Amino acid sequence: MSTQKIWRERIGRYRLIGQKCKGCGKVLFPKRLICPECGGRDFDEEQMPDVGKIVTYTTVYVGPKFLELDTPYIIAVIEFNNGVRVTTQVVDVDPKEVSTGKEVKLVYRKLQAEGKTGVIAYGYKAQLV
Amino acid sequence: MREVGIIGAGLTRFKEHWDSSLRDLFVEAALKAIDDAETPEIDSMYVGCMSSGLFVGQEHIGPLLADYLGLKNVPTVRVESACASGALALRLGFMEIASGMSDIVLVSGVEKMTDCDDPTSALAAAADIENEAFFGATFPALYALIARAHMDRYGTTREQLAAVSVKNHKNGAKNPDAQFQREVSLETVLNSFMVADPLTLLQCSPITDGAAAIILVPLDMVKKMKDRVVKITGSGVASDTIALHSRKDITSLEAVRLAGERAYKMAGRKPEDIDVCEVHDCFSIAELIVVEELGFVEKGNSGRFIEEGNTEIGGRIPVNTSGGLKAKGHPVGASGIAQVIEIYKQLIGNAEERQVKNARIGMAQNMGGTGASSVVHIMEVAE
Repeated sequence: MSTQKIWRERIGRYRLIGQKCKGCGKVLFPKRLICPECGGRDFDEEQMPDVGKIVTYTTVYVGPKFLELDTPYIIAVIEFNNGVRVTTQVVDVDPKEVSTGKEVKLVYRKLQAEGKTGVIAYGYKAQLV
Repeated sequence: MREVGIIGAGLTRFKEHWDSSLRDLFVEAALKAIDDAETPEIDSMYVGCMSSGLFVGQEHIGPLLADYLGLKNVPTVRVESACASGALALRLGFMEIASGMSDIVLVSGVEKMTDCDDPTSALAAAADIENEAFFGATFPALYALIARAHMDRYGTTREQLAAVSVKNHKNGAKNPDAQFQREVSLETVLNSFMVADPLTLLQCSPITDGAAAIILVPLDMVKKMKDRVVKITGSGVASDTIALHSRKDITSLEAVRLAGERAYKMAGRKPEDIDVCEVHDCFSIAELIVVEELGFVEKGNSGRFIEEGNTEIGGRIPVNTSGGLKAKGHPVGASGIAQVIEIYKQLIGNAEERQVKNARIGMAQNMGGTGASSVVHIMEVAE
């Protein structure tokens, strides 16, 4: 992890800003240089909604080192109504309450910290609505 | 294109090799292949390795391994496509001989995983680091997301998932090179520690050290030197989105389907022609979906297909006779080569207790990440 990388990713992770292809209208998040649908290179910025629904999910009992103290935690694929999907954690919930199709709202949370006193990376996680 | 044959193969036992380094493992496997081929000359060398950098802190392993194998000044290429690195190295060696550029090529794979104190994070680098792993998605978690979606859509059950591990451990118990040479019951698989729901520990391939190597030559050369001749007749590769969530259908592995179609087309074969198959069962759900994508059973029906015994030795299409990644072990860069070695053994009639009767056409399917890359090879006994 590096400070400049966290800074560079702020537009997507902090503000949920993606883009819409001027050619085919495909909405993309995070931003890319080329539309994977039509090959277009011209885009308008597009604000992602902060609500979506759970496409699939899992409760993780063995995590990477940076999440060792957070297990068990829930990872889910969330779909917005514009078709965009993201992978993130569902937080503040009993795993038994989570199921496919449930609505969630994205919230601003700490994702990782570099070492004991290093830079903290923030981003989006999801809560059940 | 020249026809390409296998003239030698060798592998280390797959296990936790506390007393062997990355270079030790590679040299052991490569020497076995060279001795088996009865040819000390090597024109060029490919080595598949996912992450010597993250696992042991060493890059630039092409020349390093050639140096330690005593191959002075040989051209060498390290190939990386996560867990599909091994089969991709084989593909490149196949192309080099088919093109006429070289006559004797060593293709290999190696991974030394147990020197690393956080292999889960190292493996996560095969996913989209920024958009999946950074949020806490581990590999078992990503395959669990696929498993849940497959269960939701097709009614696949936990028991059907667990049946994959039971079958692969049964085969692994007959493989002296396997990491786990013991059978497990359905109850043991289902009641083992939950890693990422619905995947229990015994549905996840292990952390393994190991290496595997094959010597490829023009087919005519094999015919002069070996009684039982095996040629590579099909080679297919495909890629897909790096992030699982970007795929239109989370229950499909499109790169596997396309790599399979390309290999079938090159070989002029279809799924019904395959006598034995090694597939990339990094997690139980992977084997289920792969047998669907390779055309052995229609989409959504793999759970029942495996539960009914169709993929056992003696069944309609024996899958993972070696024990698969689950029981044989999964030193990621070496797995793709080891799969091809199992098919080679089956085709030369050297698979001992695991032998599939009258096996003449075999297939090996290797996969990187959550299916962002896949490599499929078809091999046949040559007349």
